[in-house]
Amino acid sequence: MATEPRSLEELQEIAKELREDVVQMLVEAGSGHSAGPLGLADFFAAFFFSQRRHKPNDPEWDGRDRFVLSAGHLAPILYAALSRSGYFPLEELKTLRKLGTRLQGHPHPYSDGGPPGVEFGCASLGQGVGAAVGMAYAARMDQKTHMTYCLGGDGEMNEGSIWEALMFAGKERLFNFCYVIDRNNIQIDGHTEEVMPLEPLRDKLEAFGFYVKDVDGHNIREVIASLEEARAIYEKPMAIILHTIPGKGVDFIEYKPEWHGKPPNKEEAEDALSQIRSLEGRISCVDCE
Amino acid sequence: MPKLNPQLKLSADAFDVSKLEQVPTRNGFGEGVVSLGAQHEDVVVLCADLTDSTRAGYFKEKFPERFVQVGIAEQNMAVLAAGMAKEGKVPFISTYGVFCPGRNWDQVRISIAYNNTNVKIAGAHTGISVGPDGATHQAMEDIALTRVLPGMTVLAPCDAIQTKQATEAAYAIDGPVYLRFAREKTPVFTTEETPFEIGKAQVLTEGTDVTVIGCGPLVHEALLAANILEGELSLEVINLHTIKPFDVESVVASAKKTGAVVTVEEHQVTGGLGGAVAEVLSEHLPTPMQRVGMPDSFGESGEPTELLEKYGMTAADIIEAAKAVAARKN
Repeated sequence: MATEPRSLEELQEIAKELREDVVQMLVEAGSGHSAGPLGLADFFAAFFFSQRRHKPNDPEWDGRDRFVLSAGHLAPILYAALSRSGYFPLEELKTLRKLGTRLQGHPHPYSDGGPPGVEFGCASLGQGVGAAVGMAYAARMDQKTHMTYCLGGDGEMNEGSIWEALMFAGKERLFNFCYVIDRNNIQIDGHTEEVMPLEPLRDKLEAFGFYVKDVDGHNIREVIASLEEARAIYEKPMAIILHTIPGKGVDFIEYKPEWHGKPPNKEEAEDALSQIRSLEGRISCVDCE
Repeated sequence: MPKLNPQLKLSADAFDVSKLEQVPTRNGFGEGVVSLGAQHEDVVVLCADLTDSTRAGYFKEKFPERFVQVGIAEQNMAVLAAGMAKEGKVPFISTYGVFCPGRNWDQVRISIAYNNTNVKIAGAHTGISVGPDGATHQAMEDIALTRVLPGMTVLAPCDAIQTKQATEAAYAIDGPVYLRFAREKTPVFTTEETPFEIGKAQVLTEGTDVTVIGCGPLVHEALLAANILEGELSLEVINLHTIKPFDVESVVASAKKTGAVVTVEEHQVTGGLGGAVAEVLSEHLPTPMQRVGMPDSFGESGEPTELLEKYGMTAADIIEAAKAVAARKN
């Protein structure tokens, strides 16, 4: 069952709501990551609200497309998307990182008491990609037709275990696997190309046996088209290099590595929310006209 | 000869090494997964380029479509298996104990234990008896590394038959299991009729003076020690094949009876079986103890018997420890 069709305007509105959720969750929690989740709002709007086949009221529906968030610190945007698509009530978002919550600082799996929709618990970087590859591999053994998507960070690719997983996916020509890399160019200690250069990233992924697409992560149409393409490719696994601007939508967070791992305070949150509320679809319309 | 516990249906020749068949415990793992594979479609076996050594090859031969070669990539093997388990498979991952849970402990912690995935970890070539490969390949820390993880079951069966039973029993548990076995041929003193239950210690011989608690193939050395000391010191030999969940009841009951305990393992004396027994006794029934095992040291190259002698893990060392701890009794 595909998600119901939504217009671009509706998806842009959802992305705006997801950004608001992220800011509100983080200011309430008092800790957490700001830049990455904000930069991914357009991707999550496109994926969860248009392209993904899933049933939020039946989180373990066998035919669902699997989704693993390998970069677990991006949890706020995952929780916002899960909640807004109907996996659990919006109210619960306020409990992020609080004692007794299902919304742990890094995601805990639904199968073990975490929130509905969290397929796999990831935190220590470099593990979710391999787990998602394992899920895709098992699904293919059983001739299941759903896709397994995994979203990881670019800084995360410093971990050698990522490349072990990619080698395996390439060896097995795992066509039901799609690896989305949030290419926002920042990590905790600075810009990725200074901390540990990843370029030429596309060439590396191709050498590992992937079909690779560079995508503007703020262009919802382009994101949907690329995710659909992953479903159509039969020869190889697909990697989407999702070019995003960290903190997108809030001017004082955009492009700033120092905002990778901290939340806004109350004043900053108010400023951020007013900026987000006045976006008026400016983000993904820039080059879709 | 000490009297063997009749309920356990052990080999009548248990004290006579010359009459016992010698089989590596790893063979029991290979046979166990083959038996499971025939019964259960969801069983898959993953291996990191050590198919023959770990005996995962037995499974590969019978069920090639359910065997997964991951290459020399133990981190990926652990997470891949966790993902497969999420999709309903029951993966057994196999390599040397130094690599899993040694090299990939973080993956075991997060993707297997924290996610509570139904993955069975088969650690081959554990203990000093790995021999000539030297310290780098002798897993002496794996019990400590696994038993500290919440939700992990830790098994160290005593011979090849019991390793097969433990492998089959691991399948029946819904959750992560660590299964430890060794490289060398060791005496097979249990039989196909010997019962095996995870979490239930086996009292092999009843004794009154000293309890000797062992795991893995060294349990047989404890039996030999009990035989040699017969008439001088009465040893109660317990095979603690399950280190976690710990059989508190059996261990405390025996310690209460004898008032002195020796632990025996091919593992560092800290953090492993000896550590687990010490934790339990100090809380429930403080009892004089001696630990036979690796004395906070790395091993080296050598023949298995030479190494066991040099680092103090033979029947003679168990005898010495039993006498020493008996002398400390009030």
